[in-house]
Amino acid sequence: MDTSIWRPIIYLICFMAFAGLNAAYLGWCERKGAGRIQRRTGPMEVGFHGLLQPLADGLKLMSKQLLVPEGVDHILFRIAPILAMIPALTSMVVIPFSDNIQGRALELSVLLLFALASIGMIAILIGGWASGNKYAVISAARAVSQNLAYEIPMLITVITIVMITGSMNLQDIAMDQQGGFWHWNIFRFDKSIFMPVSFIIFFICSVAETNRAPFDMAEAESELIAGFMTEYSSMGFGLFMMGEYLNIVVGACLTTILFLGGWSCPFGLFPGVWWFLIKIYILIFTFIWIRWTYPRTQVYKLLNLSWKILIPFSLVNLLVTAAFIKVF
Amino acid sequence: MSAYWNDVFGGAKSLAIGLSITAREFFKPVITMQYPWEVPEIPERFRGHIELVRDEKTGRPKCVCCGMCMRSCPSGCISLVGKKPEGEKKKVLTKYQLDFTKCSLCGSCIESCNFGAIRFSKDYNLASTRKEDYVFDLLKRLEEQG
Amino acid sequence: MTVPIQCRPDEVFVLNLGPQHPATHGVLRVKLTMDGEYIVKAEPVLGYIHRMHEKMAEAGSFAQFMPNTARMDYLHALAYNHGYVLAVERAAGIEVPERAEYIRVITVELNRLSSHLLWWAAFLLDLGGFTPLLYAFDDRERILDLLERITGSRLTYCYFRFGGVYNDIDDEFIAGTRDFIKRLRSRLPRMYHDLVTHNIILIKRLKDIGFITPEQCRRYGATGPVARGSGINYDVRKNEPYSVYPEFDFDVPVYTECDSMARYMVRMDEIEQSLRIIEQALDKLPDGPVKAKKVPKILKPPAGDYYAAVEAARGAFGCRLVCDGGKSAYRLKLRSPTFCNLSLFGEVAEGMLLADALAFMGSLDLVIPEIDR
Repeated sequence: MDTSIWRPIIYLICFMAFAGLNAAYLGWCERKGAGRIQRRTGPMEVGFHGLLQPLADGLKLMSKQLLVPEGVDHILFRIAPILAMIPALTSMVVIPFSDNIQGRALELSVLLLFALASIGMIAILIGGWASGNKYAVISAARAVSQNLAYEIPMLITVITIVMITGSMNLQDIAMDQQGGFWHWNIFRFDKSIFMPVSFIIFFICSVAETNRAPFDMAEAESELIAGFMTEYSSMGFGLFMMGEYLNIVVGACLTTILFLGGWSCPFGLFPGVWWFLIKIYILIFTFIWIRWTYPRTQVYKLLNLSWKILIPFSLVNLLVTAAFIKVF
Repeated sequence: MSAYWNDVFGGAKSLAIGLSITAREFFKPVITMQYPWEVPEIPERFRGHIELVRDEKTGRPKCVCCGMCMRSCPSGCISLVGKKPEGEKKKVLTKYQLDFTKCSLCGSCIESCNFGAIRFSKDYNLASTRKEDYVFDLLKRLEEQG
Repeated sequence: MTVPIQCRPDEVFVLNLGPQHPATHGVLRVKLTMDGEYIVKAEPVLGYIHRMHEKMAEAGSFAQFMPNTARMDYLHALAYNHGYVLAVERAAGIEVPERAEYIRVITVELNRLSSHLLWWAAFLLDLGGFTPLLYAFDDRERILDLLERITGSRLTYCYFRFGGVYNDIDDEFIAGTRDFIKRLRSRLPRMYHDLVTHNIILIKRLKDIGFITPEQCRRYGATGPVARGSGINYDVRKNEPYSVYPEFDFDVPVYTECDSMARYMVRMDEIEQSLRIIEQALDKLPDGPVKAKKVPKILKPPAGDYYAAVEAARGAFGCRLVCDGGKSAYRLKLRSPTFCNLSLFGEVAEGMLLADALAFMGSLDLVIPEIDR
């Protein structure tokens, strides 16, 4: 089976379905979650408990006119939403859902994921720039400075993990954490005493990387209306939204693999893809939970958080890890 | 430097408290009313648009066509016509029109009425895309009621 | 914090904020000259919802103007009812029965609570926090239900009358209000302060942002929580007492930090003080009529110049009534607090970041229909 032509095709279909379902239904989960937190019901009318709401939304978006305003950069304006969606989709290829479910095992899969994540930021930049809208341009500028600031601590924490494992292959990193939860990188106190801090830093950075509240500087609707999406209508807007949710999925997958042991069970029982899914959905719920709890930060406070707190902390952790690995 | 650590630890603590509060709310029951399926109870003094009051003895509206309501209305939304039929002493109401597009439900008309001939209704399900639908013929409404 | 602005005139751009913008709470338009994200010049443009309320007072009788008062500040409508009623009562020399005064105080303070809760909710929405909005609305809804039971409307009340109030309150309302006081007191520390006030993100966004000096407040005539957040101890309820306010024991919260956080804290403390006032008023509520006898249906106050001010949720609302002995006002000047508070915006927002300026605007608690009247 491994060498046959069917394997990539089956994987492609499965991953596309997984990505599509997630992009559609995370919107529903978000609305339900927000509703419950705010003691409302969330969508209820379309289908059982609003389960058909994503379909209805998609239908509505598709039936709308894709408006291209006067004065935009036509090519870039059309490329941006696609560019927001494609890298997140591509990232799915290298994510190991289980020891034998992985689209393509790459030696440098960690590096590839971060490279793809940066393209998402470029989508926001050119989307905002091409719109020719002042709010969109401000939003694009914010998104870039924010992503630059948050990629540094994120990468430093990843370097810590890579040092512990000695590999840049996600599969190897996950295999290294098999067994009970004490093997997970988050609790690896034998490698560094600051691993939980490192996990929190990584998680904060992935919230910031996906432009989620409280770090949603780029689409701060009370300041910038809808930021870079202001001029987008129809599926252009829809693709941005789907891209955002896919980025959340990728962020959750990455956090799970790097810190929470991938598909390993906390008690060493039945490791498999289900544990992986449980973990990523818990993380995704946390994303939603955080969004509906806090007010938004301000753009310079956000940069302060990164440069004054996250980067020093992650650097200290890197040094401590290096010392631990050298000494023990 | 101590301010820095205060920010880091105090801040983290405040964020954790915030999360714990919303998590608790997550598991509490829903408090909103599912409006079209559940209808709120309309309080006694609810101010809907005005309606005419029927005189139980005669079955006709209590209105004596004095026109006080018309004069007291700040926006001039009431217009009424009364005729004196042959052989009767009192005027009889023949038309009572309320232009609800101008009405602000202040209740001046009701207070000015010395005969208790108008009162607030409990109608609130009013929706239309045409302006004419909000010019109510209250006399007709009263007749239809009963 | 203001940074010195050194920019070339060709490097700035004009950003049109409003009249339809999520953060302007209505039809306020601000012309912002921006240098990147910094505001070089802010110029509020008013008049999008001007309805000539003052002129309308000259056209109709005194009673006919009553519903208009509720349509200026729709969030604290009863205070505007109160201000106008006080001015006319002073002009016509009408005595108000004591029970009516108490009912006025109770309802006005309940309305102030609902206004402050809505401000809190909308302010958090400006800052990007959605959930607090719903929590505050949960409480506010209960106030509206209480007030709806006695006044008949939920927002634009027309409840006060010259010489009293429209109708009496009942035991159910009193019991409901007491329950509500208990409920809000128990929810304040957790749902309001723990979730939001002590939140590091909120503190970082409000501390040292939007600095208004007391001198600026005096120059622009700012009142209410804006002035009290700048260390000016001025509250009409204490300084020029009206109605039965002198009989209650309450404090005027004053903060001297002058920043957005100070204004936030003033309003949060005012919620507690309002609860105190309502509680005392309910305890002391006397029996008796709720409407003065012998109030003529058509008022013709003697010629003269009369003034009455009340403390609305946003500051001092003044009503200057000039009568010429006729059955309508010769001139009615309405002094709305938000107009003065907004005037500060242009000066203070200079050199601010866009995000900070919008947070600062939220801390001013603007109600646009009241600015334009």
